[in-house]
Amino acid sequence: MVQQISVFIQNEPGKLALLTSALAKGGIDIRALSIADTTDFGILRMLVNNASLAKNILEKQHYAVGITPVTVVAVPDVPGGLAKVLTLLSDGGIDIEYMYSLIGRGEDKAYMVFRISDEPKLVELLSAHGISAVTQEELGIR
Amino acid sequence: MEHYYQREIETAPRETIRALQTERLIATVRRVYDNVPHYQKRMDEAGVTPADIQSVDDLKKLPFTYKQDLRDTYPYGMFAVPMKDVVRLHASSARPASRSFVGYTKQDLDVWADCCARSIYAAGGGPEDIIQRILWLRAVHGRAWHGRRGAQDWRYDHSGFERQHTAPDYDSKGFRLKHPLLHAVLRAAHGGGLTRKRAEQGRPFAQGGHLWRRTLDERNAQADRRPARIKAFDIYGLTEIIGPGVAFECAEQTGMHVNEDHFLIEVIDPDTGEVLPEGTQGEIVFSCITKQAFPILRYRTRDIGVITRKPCSCGRTLVKMTKPRGRTDDMLIVRGVNVFPSQIETVLLEKGYSANYRIVVDRSANIDSIEVEVEISGELMSDTVRGIDRMERELEAALGSLLGIAAKVKLLEPNTIERSIGKAVRVVDKRKLLD
Repeated sequence: MVQQISVFIQNEPGKLALLTSALAKGGIDIRALSIADTTDFGILRMLVNNASLAKNILEKQHYAVGITPVTVVAVPDVPGGLAKVLTLLSDGGIDIEYMYSLIGRGEDKAYMVFRISDEPKLVELLSAHGISAVTQEELGIR
Repeated sequence: MEHYYQREIETAPRETIRALQTERLIATVRRVYDNVPHYQKRMDEAGVTPADIQSVDDLKKLPFTYKQDLRDTYPYGMFAVPMKDVVRLHASSARPASRSFVGYTKQDLDVWADCCARSIYAAGGGPEDIIQRILWLRAVHGRAWHGRRGAQDWRYDHSGFERQHTAPDYDSKGFRLKHPLLHAVLRAAHGGGLTRKRAEQGRPFAQGGHLWRRTLDERNAQADRRPARIKAFDIYGLTEIIGPGVAFECAEQTGMHVNEDHFLIEVIDPDTGEVLPEGTQGEIVFSCITKQAFPILRYRTRDIGVITRKPCSCGRTLVKMTKPRGRTDDMLIVRGVNVFPSQIETVLLEKGYSANYRIVVDRSANIDSIEVEVEISGELMSDTVRGIDRMERELEAALGSLLGIAAKVKLLEPNTIERSIGKAVRVVDKRKLLD
């Protein structure tokens, strides 16, 4: 299980630049990022090298920041690798709230971030098929 | 040709009106002093006795009556007649804490009907005409216009009107309605499905409180350059005074004639209470001088307006008031419902939000909209769009059930709504209230 931070941002030009600059000044390394956007607002989700520090920095800048546990899975970096994992989830009756990929990849793995409602069930299903969830330590984040 | 329902009084010389007003004011003050403990107390506190009121010019000696007085005496404390003489009770559309609750005697209803009839005649209606009244569904139960005088008069709820495809069958000359229903009438008018009245019989008319004539005229002008098929007239009224019918527009449409043989109008400085001269903008204050059941004196309406006694081309000598240009307090009237920012604040705090919010009232397609912008907090933060949407919908449901009208909620980033000491910037009213 990995701690993800999510930030509420209004749809306004320059918002992301401001936000990432604040993180950069605090020495925060963004490891994965996705944005869910609507007409009025977006939710920025990130895996960073230090979630609680990033949260502090952003809160000082008056952002609404939440922390949510997500699951990171190492997917074989070959054609069909992701499809295989998604089929497993689908057959196992697991709904994905959202997913996105990590920036950069391992030697033969791509890392996918999954947000699902039933975390233990996902971990169990994956391990039954010889796939393990990636830990924060493995990703070098805390 | 100008139509008058009560020509003699509507076109009476100023001196005749003043004499009548003096006589009626003296009688009313005596009556409320004797029958309503609240007035007796207030007048005693102000050191005024009924004997001090010798003419209509002495009106300014009387203390004001505020909305709070009505709350303090709710429900029957301001009634000046025994309940056996009260034949009708009305409640305003506001929620209980700020609701106005009033009563009418048989005579009061007659006065009200006369006032409504004057407005119908001024808009071009007459004894032979059919007048359709279209009410909010809710209003059918809560509040009715009593306007039957000379003209045939119906009422039914707006959902009935929207489904009503046979309107031309009835050859209605006039429509009395709440502003939100204007679009339905307009649609019908421009579809040609409103009335069979021909041009030589005069245009049909629509009357309503908060009826924005200019909007209607613009719409009329745009409609394929065809001659306007319906003409809108403003009417003004408050539950506390009598209801719709306190003042009405004539064909000149440069203000609303106040039925000043029944209701005295003053414009005052809302801060000092001083009476302002004709032509100066201020708070409108009304006194009822013929009401039996609920004769309110010097009622602070909180509406901002101007009065004028310039001669009117319609021949009426009744004083004219502009339509309200705003409110002295921050009560909002949205789709005919009174909305107080404090109500919204209560809901937000209950649901765990900060008290930093902004109310944006706007109008589009003739419908008022209210949007409440609220700052989200980290504690409430959701990582999914669905989660944020759910928060907005939950707040909307809570606000809707408290306010009685639908409000849209928009969540904003923390610290984005301007902090202020005063309360004024909590409300952004984008509607064109000014002429």
